Amino acid sequence: MTFIDYYKILGLSKNATKEDIKKAYRKLARKYHPDVNPGDAEAEKKFKEINEANEVLSNPENRAKYDTYGKDWKHAEEFEKAKQQQQQYQRASQQTGYGGYSDEDFSEFFSSMFGGGARRGRGGNVQFRGQDFNAELDLSLEDVYRSHKRTLTVNGKNIRLTIPAGVRNGQVIKIKKHGGEGISGGPRGDLNIKFSIINRTKFKRDENNLYTTVDLDLYTALLGGEVVVDTFDGKVKLKVKPETQNGTQVKLKGKGFPVYKKEGHFGDLFVTYQIKMPTKLSEKEKKLYEELAKLR
Amino acid sequence: MDAKDFIPVIQLCEQYSVEVSFFHELHEVGLIEIRPIENTPSLHQDALNSIEKIIRIHRELHVNPEGIDVVINLLEKVDHLKNELLKAHNRLRRYEDDF
Repeated sequence: MTFIDYYKILGLSKNATKEDIKKAYRKLARKYHPDVNPGDAEAEKKFKEINEANEVLSNPENRAKYDTYGKDWKHAEEFEKAKQQQQQYQRASQQTGYGGYSDEDFSEFFSSMFGGGARRGRGGNVQFRGQDFNAELDLSLEDVYRSHKRTLTVNGKNIRLTIPAGVRNGQVIKIKKHGGEGISGGPRGDLNIKFSIINRTKFKRDENNLYTTVDLDLYTALLGGEVVVDTFDGKVKLKVKPETQNGTQVKLKGKGFPVYKKEGHFGDLFVTYQIKMPTKLSEKEKKLYEELAKLR
Repeated sequence: MDAKDFIPVIQLCEQYSVEVSFFHELHEVGLIEIRPIENTPSLHQDALNSIEKIIRIHRELHVNPEGIDVVINLLEKVDHLKNELLKAHNRLRRYEDDF
């Protein structure tokens, strides 16, 4: 447990007035409030710190105690123990998201000095939704090509969910009522799962379309022919037109990535031909190319 | 429209310890839509999340309904920009290995 400098958190000196504290707290709260910084874990952490600092410094009794024992909190604890049987409480699970206040929003330092009950009530028995939990799930591109079920463990609880095909990198799926318990009997918060899609395939993805490059030998490019191309769900044979240029792109309709939540709908696959020039030419080949060059 | 999906405003006032006039102000600025359900001003249950957010911003940041409207509009813009950025980021991944 480390000492927390509440004055520093609010950017104040030790002789700050009640008005200074109020002003500093309000300014910082407007900046870091989780409702105006959704999904920003750093802002949420900062908000909890300034909220805790305000809880201590805006209450004359708490402030006096903090000023007296603050840096030497261990003695304060002993002092308090002797004075009264202080209730200890532990921080519970790691929770993020915001659905209102709970005792878990306060540091161990705060709890050891002021106890869980020292916090002033905000709204009495007002019911609020529980905290929203945020989780991140790493999946491969292959994983999200088909809808599949997966079991996640969030805050010690197993949640089985279906991951729909076509989920995008960075997309957040909300699972209602799988977040924290409500406050004073309010409804549970939600679980927000952010998907991080790792692509180790030779395909590049842009929304529902896939892109790939296929090598083409010079003679097939010049004279035309067939080439076998890998798609995400197997191989296809493509006809190559004679005199195909390097960088030519062909579209394979419906061979791209599944469209999110539209079963049976797929994007397109774009194949770019990359013509490979022959190397290590034999003398005979060189002569033949020279003859060809003369014809142009 | 199913009446059971609506919650009387008076019940929400008790639950969140706010004045009825506060809900009417929110309705006036277009942040919520109060509807008469069986002659009782009510709100759809789907609005609960945003109502709680509005109440928190009002109580904890001392922002009035007009200010909340500005905040929410700006947050929607931020959200839209975040999605655009994510799309652009995903598109850029197509070229990342090429350089």
